[in-house]
Amino acid sequence: MRAVDALMECLKAEGVEVVFGLPGGANLPTYDAFYDAGIRHILVRHEAGGGHAAEGYAKATGKVGVALGTSGPGATNLVTPICDAMMDSVPVVFLTGQVRTELLGTDGFQEADTIGITMPIVKHSMMIQHPLELPRAIHEAFHIARTGRPGPVVVDIPTDLSRADIPYEPITDVHLPGYQPTTDGNQKQIRLAAKALANARRPVIYAGGGAVGASAELRELATSDRLPVTCTVMGLGSFPASHPQWLGMLGMHGTRTANYAMDEADLIVAIGARFDDRVTAKLSEFAPHAKFIHIDIDPAEISKNVPAHIPIVGYASNILPRLTTEYRALKPDPARLEEWWHRIESWRARYPLAYSDSDDSEIKPQYMVQALFEATEGNAIVASDVGQHQMWAAQHYHFDRPRQWINSGGLGTMGFGLPAAMGAKVGRPEEMVVCITGDGSFQMNTQELATCAQNGIDVKVFVMNNGYLGMVRQWQELFWDRRYSQVHTGQYPDFVKLAEAYGATGVRLTDKHTLVEGMRQALATDGPVVVDVRVSAEENVYPMIAPGQAARDMVG
Amino acid sequence: MGEPGTKELLSLEELEAAGSFRTGRKHILSILVENKPGALTRITGLFARRGFNIDTLAVGPTDDETISRITLTLDGAVQSIDQVTKQLHKLVNVLKIRDLEPTETMARELALFKISADGGSRAEVMQVCEIFRAKIVDVSKRTLVAEVTGTQEKIDAFERLVRPFGLVEMARTGEIAIARGRAET
Repeated sequence: MRAVDALMECLKAEGVEVVFGLPGGANLPTYDAFYDAGIRHILVRHEAGGGHAAEGYAKATGKVGVALGTSGPGATNLVTPICDAMMDSVPVVFLTGQVRTELLGTDGFQEADTIGITMPIVKHSMMIQHPLELPRAIHEAFHIARTGRPGPVVVDIPTDLSRADIPYEPITDVHLPGYQPTTDGNQKQIRLAAKALANARRPVIYAGGGAVGASAELRELATSDRLPVTCTVMGLGSFPASHPQWLGMLGMHGTRTANYAMDEADLIVAIGARFDDRVTAKLSEFAPHAKFIHIDIDPAEISKNVPAHIPIVGYASNILPRLTTEYRALKPDPARLEEWWHRIESWRARYPLAYSDSDDSEIKPQYMVQALFEATEGNAIVASDVGQHQMWAAQHYHFDRPRQWINSGGLGTMGFGLPAAMGAKVGRPEEMVVCITGDGSFQMNTQELATCAQNGIDVKVFVMNNGYLGMVRQWQELFWDRRYSQVHTGQYPDFVKLAEAYGATGVRLTDKHTLVEGMRQALATDGPVVVDVRVSAEENVYPMIAPGQAARDMVG
Repeated sequence: MGEPGTKELLSLEELEAAGSFRTGRKHILSILVENKPGALTRITGLFARRGFNIDTLAVGPTDDETISRITLTLDGAVQSIDQVTKQLHKLVNVLKIRDLEPTETMARELALFKISADGGSRAEVMQVCEIFRAKIVDVSKRTLVAEVTGTQEKIDAFERLVRPFGLVEMARTGEIAIARGRAET
């Protein structure tokens, strides 16, 4: 069969239900194979939309996402999603077309060195050199993307090779001698960690994106005792926000309670978190009294930014149950945590997440998120874009389930939200999927509204419209003497008309008194809906750790 | 130093001081990689990203034809070398990495020196070559070419000695290394 037909067989063998892509010259053979392969293909309007959709699909389902683009510009348009998937450890296989082999290196039409361009931002990549390599390469790509620390894998396929006639034998084994992730966690280290935890008087569990796949296990550990839990923006949902042991998100725009707890903790259990600068703030003053247990699948994360006293390398889902067992066996005295909880409760009471609401009909952005929480009864999968709305959503939409919150944390990619919501809805059609975006972010991939409308992908987009690139404006206000340089976007375009032009429904909401009801109606409307919510123009995200400051010096 | 994004003016000195530290300890990394396209680029790219200067780099086959050995020498802070080795381990084509201890390692480099050696100085140049057990592999009327093997330090010393005679040009391979004793590198 043709190599591309073998490719389809491989995708099916990997359990691929859906792919996102856009055809072009160099992947014509692949698209000919899709014609009757029986794999659902969703035609996006820009490769970046397809890439982020595959990410959204992967984040919502835990399965490997697949995105396709042609050679040259098709592949370069995928660069942002590839980098995004790398930063947030999202399993996605990217299949790019390439010019035929005799044109390689000659600056042929639509030729780009895809492997070279993407090399620093992939978990792995492969250029197919011979058609017989293709099936194995595809299975290796899925294996690498899915296992260990997940991430993007690029497979670049020259168009002539994809047309070659090859004998196809299903491949059932993948053997990669240079890729053997440590998954189990060292028992001795686990025992050591249990002992440290049992002796801690001021412990905090700090969970990141790596805890999303071990949410039940995390809960089991935390509730073995009253261990307080905070999550990074990537980890939200891995521990229920409604749980009494929840401290809120930590970091630059986290709660005071979470940040103060980290500041005074004597033991921090980091689970699948990487001590990002948005979490640690001033590194030299980060958690000055704490010892660190660091559980991570990636040994390169251990002691990268903060030296770990007890490193444990492996899957959190393997390690946490054993840590829980060891911890319980030590029968630690729960009374030792009483003083600590007393301290935490006093912060909680003193510093709730607050903002001053308007006394007229003006919609404060924080209230918009609260209204959405109410209108969706806290049940929606929320895909967010990047900026102020993302932080407010993280603060005020209380996530109780893993994979309920989908955002671009590491790379901070504006334009991620809509396509990610689209991918999430495709992967979890039974769920209500909303996208919270800003007027700036939304326009960076609005074209995917056409994809949603054409395919009946039922996402509801809530645009927090303040007419500014809000986060940049906030920084200019606070740290650059209010010199607002190139942040004003005004009320362009008219999002209601734009939605209608794309075949979606457009709604505008401007009054806080009817906001929840308006949102409910939008949610009840069939098909994709864009809700243009006009909010206060110059509201700031607080609390905040100012740049260069320590967590204990939070403002606002 | 101020966080990027704030107004604070940065002096060029501050920027330089914030750059990476060097321990002065030379590291020899021996890396076994699968003989796959792009493997070398992935490795050198990683060093570039982490801000390391590679001093020398040598690539060649091993006893197994599917595997190549990359030997590179560099100068780096201990902490970051650790980080680089961990990052290197994540590359799928990398099979094994060793940060070789200088005292437990045999390291050798090959160099070719083209030295001015007309009538008057020729004998003296040849004497230096003899002391260093350098082989003279080419002679012309005004120059000769000497082949030297040895540690980086020996070759540096040879260079210092022949430079006064007039060093026309020089080519060095960079060190390759192997662990002493029975242990596999």
